[in-house]
Amino acid sequence: MTEMDLSALWVTLRLAAMTVVVLLIVGTPLAWWLAHTRSRFRPIVEAVVALPIVLPPTVLGFYILVALGPYGPLGRLMNFTLAFTFTGLVIASVFYSMPFVIQPLQGAFEAAGKAPLEAAWSLRASRLDAFLTVMSPIALRGYISAVVLGFAHTMGEFGVVLMVGGSIPGQTKVLSTTIFDHVETMEFAQAHAISAFMLIFSFLVLLGVYVANRRFPIHVS
Amino acid sequence: MSRLVARFDVRYPSFHLSVGLDVPTSGITVLFGPSGSGKTTLLRCLAGLERASGGFMQFDNDVWQDEANGMCLPLYARPIGYVFQEPRLFPHYSVRSNLLYGYKRIPSQERRISIEQVVAILGIEHLLERRIHKLSGGEQQRVAIGRALLTSPKLLLLDEPLASLDIQRKQELLPFIRRLHEELHIPVIYVSHAISEILQLADRVVLLKQGKLVGAGALNEVLTSLEYRGSFGSLRVGAVLDARVARHEPQYGLTQLEFKGQFLFVLLQSVAIGQSVRVHILSSDVSLVIGRIESPTSVLNILKATIVEIRDIDQSSVDVLLDIGAPLIASITRKSLANLGLKPGQHVYAHIKAVALNEELTE
Repeated sequence: MTEMDLSALWVTLRLAAMTVVVLLIVGTPLAWWLAHTRSRFRPIVEAVVALPIVLPPTVLGFYILVALGPYGPLGRLMNFTLAFTFTGLVIASVFYSMPFVIQPLQGAFEAAGKAPLEAAWSLRASRLDAFLTVMSPIALRGYISAVVLGFAHTMGEFGVVLMVGGSIPGQTKVLSTTIFDHVETMEFAQAHAISAFMLIFSFLVLLGVYVANRRFPIHVS
Repeated sequence: MSRLVARFDVRYPSFHLSVGLDVPTSGITVLFGPSGSGKTTLLRCLAGLERASGGFMQFDNDVWQDEANGMCLPLYARPIGYVFQEPRLFPHYSVRSNLLYGYKRIPSQERRISIEQVVAILGIEHLLERRIHKLSGGEQQRVAIGRALLTSPKLLLLDEPLASLDIQRKQELLPFIRRLHEELHIPVIYVSHAISEILQLADRVVLLKQGKLVGAGALNEVLTSLEYRGSFGSLRVGAVLDARVARHEPQYGLTQLEFKGQFLFVLLQSVAIGQSVRVHILSSDVSLVIGRIESPTSVLNILKATIVEIRDIDQSSVDVLLDIGAPLIASITRKSLANLGLKPGQHVYAHIKAVALNEELTE
């Protein structure tokens, strides 16, 4: 691997890790709400969360680019642009990988129900205490699925990255765009190396998830 | 005497609970009614798990819920122990960690009940280091009761804790529940639709039907009151008495019990003399005799009684409410009533054909 490939790997890993961290923080309460709400808005929110699964990444990328760009609502509000920056890429990835984190969590929370929490409350555990010491361990499989799938899916994104991040080495150039660049410049050997790495990596990740979850279905559409 | 005062009016799409409650909290209060009568919902309201506008609840001098002033303590802030129908043990903890979960979360000066006490009462010493999924249903429910007790609650709520168990396990657990109340003096509110559990446990009964309060009172009052007789199905209980073991007659296989100066024989019991046991008498097992019969009789149990009231039941039978120091009902035919010319205030002898200890009762 060239130095540029290594830098792309580093950007990719940082991006995937940041995205998963943000999604766990934002996604836990959202998944909990989806699992237990009786609100009539629930199907709407569920559909929005699942959109990235069916939407062409370029469509998602386009709207995020417009929103983050200097003339978009966010750009005007903050008076600077997040387009073509690492932060912008994290924001885009959060949307792109959202269903892969929310859905396993929602499934785990639905399976667990409220019963264990009520038991914990009756034993003097506050809401946060009960969630951390009882619900989280019971939903652990859901969390593992969410982390692994969210991480792996972010590593594999291409269209969104290209639209929002461009391909700036060391900042927004990730493995998938590096492969594209190698192919464009006819460097098939490098393209092969990275492609094979991603193929094996993705396979091992999924294999791990399915082995770990044989007794607990993953809720990913 | 401490009291529990509560008012709830909760509407669900297919169900409306509307109950006003004012009962003493000492002893075991059983919420009784058919399934769908709102027992569990009422219990969840008492715990603060279900909320509705206008809800109010006061335990002793502490107001736990007063929705008129926008106030409702969450369950974790109430000194309540709650045992659900299913054990709801935490699968990622051992039995010991489950027991200590609540214990560790209360201030040490509020710990009135020790883990040794709970382990001894519930007989779970040998289970402490086990994983939850290695326990039987009865064992799990005992751990769940122990876990709730270890928060040293001021009020213990039990929601049909025996419902999921077979008859044998039920009979194993019932004495534990009686004992924990007797030894730890925690007021208990116990939801049940099983008459046998009422007979064994209750000091007081609250009757519910279709989300409404039908009646409430001491066990014997409720059981022997005409007003509520439909609430207990076909079982016609004549009386439930808390009697004391007076002596054993092993040569005859009998134990003699004393109740307010009168005596009753039951089959030989392995209960120490002086201990209290609860017996019940079916109203159909009681017949009445005017004056003492001079000729000997094979009936062993003859109690002096005074007629309080005669109630019409149907074309052929009446219930005679007697006072034997407690209410006792005799079901007799109208013909016998006419032949004997029975009147309220009259002194009679009640011949009792069978006295059962509650363990022997099946539904």
